Parts: sequence; C-alpha cells; structure tokens
Amino acid sequence: MQFSQFRQPLIKAENISHKFDDTTVLQHISLQIFPKEIVTLIGPNGAGKSTLLKILLGLIKPSNGKISKQKNLKIGFMPQKIQIDPTLPMTVRRFLQLGLPNPSLKDWFFKAAYSNTLIEKTTQDLDIADLLNHPIQKVSGGEMQRILLARALIREPQLLVLDEPVQGVDLQGQTEIYDYINKIRNEYGCGILMVSHDLHIVMKHTDEVLCINQHMCCSGHPQNVSKSSEFQALFGDLSESLAFYEHHHNNNACQHTHGLHHHETNELHESNNPKNNVESSNKGSS
Amino acid sequence: MSLLPDFMLFALLGGIGLAIISAPLGVFMVWQRQSYFGATLAHSALLGISVGLYLQIDLTLTVIVVSMIVAAGIFGLGQYKQLSSDTLLGILAHSSLAFGLILISLQDNIQVDLMGYLFGDILSINKVDLTLISFTSLLILAFYIKHWQSLLNVTLNPELAQVEGVNVKQVQLLFVLLLAFMIALSMKIVGVLLVTSLLIIPAAAARRLSSSPEQMLVISIFIGIFSIVAGLFSSYYIDLPTGPAIVMAATFVFLLLQLKPQSTR
Repeated sequence: MQFSQFRQPLIKAENISHKFDDTTVLQHISLQIFPKEIVTLIGPNGAGKSTLLKILLGLIKPSNGKISKQKNLKIGFMPQKIQIDPTLPMTVRRFLQLGLPNPSLKDWFFKAAYSNTLIEKTTQDLDIADLLNHPIQKVSGGEMQRILLARALIREPQLLVLDEPVQGVDLQGQTEIYDYINKIRNEYGCGILMVSHDLHIVMKHTDEVLCINQHMCCSGHPQNVSKSSEFQALFGDLSESLAFYEHHHNNNACQHTHGLHHHETNELHESNNPKNNVESSNKGSS
Repeated sequence: MSLLPDFMLFALLGGIGLAIISAPLGVFMVWQRQSYFGATLAHSALLGISVGLYLQIDLTLTVIVVSMIVAAGIFGLGQYKQLSSDTLLGILAHSSLAFGLILISLQDNIQVDLMGYLFGDILSINKVDLTLISFTSLLILAFYIKHWQSLLNVTLNPELAQVEGVNVKQVQLLFVLLLAFMIALSMKIVGVLLVTSLLIIPAAAARRLSSSPEQMLVISIFIGIFSIVAGLFSSYYIDLPTGPAIVMAATFVFLLLQLKPQSTR
C-alpha cells in the first residue's frame, strides 16, 4: 500500500462537462479510480450520477472533458434494472453464460469447463446457486440484483461498475452484498465504482465518497463527507439522520432539495429508508 | 414419376426455405417486441413497387432498396427517443403506403394488381426465386454464426451489451437491414400477409415448448415448415386459397400450443 503513489489509475476522468440540448447536467467533474479502491458516487436525484456513470462507461460521449482508461481495461457492469421480455426463454445459468466473452472454437472446450466452475463458485458465494435452472423472468428483485452482480463478476473485471447494487434488497441482504463486494476487492484487487443513495451502509466499506450535484460538491472519506457543510446543505436533516436514525428523515427537506424530479423522489426515500426497503422486499417475496 | 406437379414442388421447396429463413429473424422480432416492424416494412415495400413502376426499372431491385432505406430510417429515428417506436412504425407504415398508392395513381396507363402483392402467390415460385431464397439463407446463416450471442445480449439489455464489448449499433443495423432484405424479397414471392405471418406466428407458437433461445429457434423452424406443408396440401386437395391456408395452419398450431399448461420449472 505504501507504493500507492506509483499506481496508475484504472480510469481517469478530467474536467467532464455534459449538456443534454441546453440543459447542463454535469460541470467540471474530475475523478480517478485505482485498483483495490472503492469509490461511491452519491447525490440527489437529477444530480447527474447516471449520466456520469454512462460517460465513464463510454455509453455517452461527454460534451467536454477527457476520459482515459488503462489499456484493455476489463469492465464488469451491473446495470440498475433490467427488463427481460417473458417471450425470451432463458435460464439464469444461460443469462450468466451470455456475459462471458464469445470463446474461439479452439479453446471452446477448456473455456467452457473453466467458466462453468466460475459461474458455480460466484453463484454459490452470492447465494443464488439454486436459481441457476430457473427462468430468469421468475426471480425476485433482490435475486435479480445478485444475478446481475454475478454476471459482472464472472468477467473477472479489473474495474467493477455498480449502479445502485442493493436496490430492492432487504437490509440483511444489503449487508451481505456489501461484505461480498468488500471481499471481492480484497481477493481480486479490482477497482470498484458504485452509485448509491445509501450512505449508511456504504460508509463502512468505501474508500472515497464523491458527492455530486451537477458539479462536485465534496469528496473524501465517508466520515468527512457526512460532516461537510455542503453535504448537510444538500441533504438537510437527512445528513444527520442517515447516519444514525434513518426513518426519521424530513420529507420537506427532500421535496426541497430534489424538487426538479418529483417522480423520482419516492425512489430516494425508499433507498434511504431501511424500513421501506424491508417492506418493499417483503412484498416482492410474498 | 413425380407425384406432384412442378408448381407444387417449387412451392414446397420455396415455402420451406422461407420458413427456415424467417425463424431466426422472427424469434428476435418477438423477443424485441418488434412484430409491427415487419408490417411496416411490408407496407414500405409496396412503396418500392410503385417507385419501380414510376421509374420503370426492375421491381425487385426497387422494393429491396426502398425497404432497406425505410429500415435504416426507422433505425436512425429510433436513436432519438422522442416518439415510441410503436408510434413511429405506425406513422411510417401508413405514410409509405399512402405515398406508394399516390405514385401508382400518377401513372394512368398502368394497372397494378396490388392484391397480388398483399397476398402473393406461393404457387408461382420459380427457379430464380428459389435461388434468391437460398442466397438469403446463406446471408442470414453467416450473420447469425457471427452475431447470435451479441444479438441475444443486445436483446437482453443494449447498455450492458455495449459495456461488455458488443458493437450494439452495428449489430442492430445489420439485423434490421437483413430483415428488410428478407421481407422485400419474399414479399415479391409470397405476399405481405404470408411473410409477416411466417415471421411472427411460428416464433410465438414455439415459446410454449422452449426453455432456451436456441430451442425456440429450432422449434419455430419446424412449426413454420409444418404450416407451409399443411397449408399447401390442404390448398391442393380441398382447393383453399394457398397463402391464407398456410397462415391459418400456423395460427392453428399457435392456438393449440396455448392449451399446453405453462411450464413452471
């Protein structure tokens, strides 16, 4: 670890700005992610988190700024939600296999055996091995999150990008997934970038929190962020309650800070509020 | 020696060929909820016919060119998410049909049997058509050998596919162009109704029997072939109109399979 200053970043964003038509979504954002580092992106809805993620993944070209990636960087991506049409017959196993690079005919046999072992191991670690032969449309929301995480992992990525990885997962499951992500980081040494609203649990593992609201509000170690005055201004009472007592957050403060995106506000409540999470996941599994 | 007249033999061969090439395109149309796409392309193919008549050049050529332009147009417009693709397809289908009819009406001395293009005549398949169908099937085979996994991943989630290294736009454009080519070609041979039915119905019917994408492809090929054979023979022996008989055979299989209880594995 003492050589960290000599490490090369896996991905580096310099002075990124982005506009949709005339609306500015991101302004002068710079960040870099190193191997073995967990970076968490937070911010209110409409802050441009998803846009920034898409820019880093190369899905959108930024209006301004530069992205540089390590040569042949292998990225594992876990999207937020995915809808699979019921007319597409597909088991969870097949879905995972499709995430692997198309093997050439020559090493097909060897690779197939190897990747099956990889799928078995990863799904066992994530506690979804018994779902492998289920149709993917029949799994619950929390199970789907784990499946998507497994798909990102079996690519053996150097950089893991997770878009709200614990959405729809109950508290117990959230802790498990975060512990597992932490373990992955130590075992495989990959860099991890994740988007989250959920500060409380993220704080335990993450190395650096970046709080954005179009521009970079503040960044630093989790403890520093929740104490910074800019963060408190953005989340109001939430910044206090998030850390200590989630379900006493102030609805008015939320409406106020995210007034531009009313339709998304509920989502924020849900992921910030563990009580809601438990309720919604109970609904999902019943 | 032959038990069947030549026209039946050609119809059988051509029909089976069409069933085989529609299946791989049809399953993806069903999976990607694009079944209306075929209808739109078929309508635009009618525009191709009128353009060909207007310019007095080969109809097959103009139909293929116009369909592929329209397909590329749908693809391009679909990149901007202003309108739902459903609405977009509806607009394009009817405007290209209207434009085609106007173009035809401008030519006083030409009588066109549009009904012929709507319902086609599978019994008039000739050797040239058979060659074209074989050629198309080679194109489709080559595309799917290279892009099957990529196309599945794009169907699952385009963004995930792109991050995982699939050239999403290229694969989608190729698929759409291939579909346009196939529809344009076979519409000339068997008519709009039969082409769009052969694309959608066997694929939809196969769903109930399949637990993997590949299985669904193979089963839909067999359902397509069965429909062609059943339709042709019922038309031959009890004198039903051939194209509609094939469509009805496919629909019958579809309905029959709906009775099967859904697998709950």
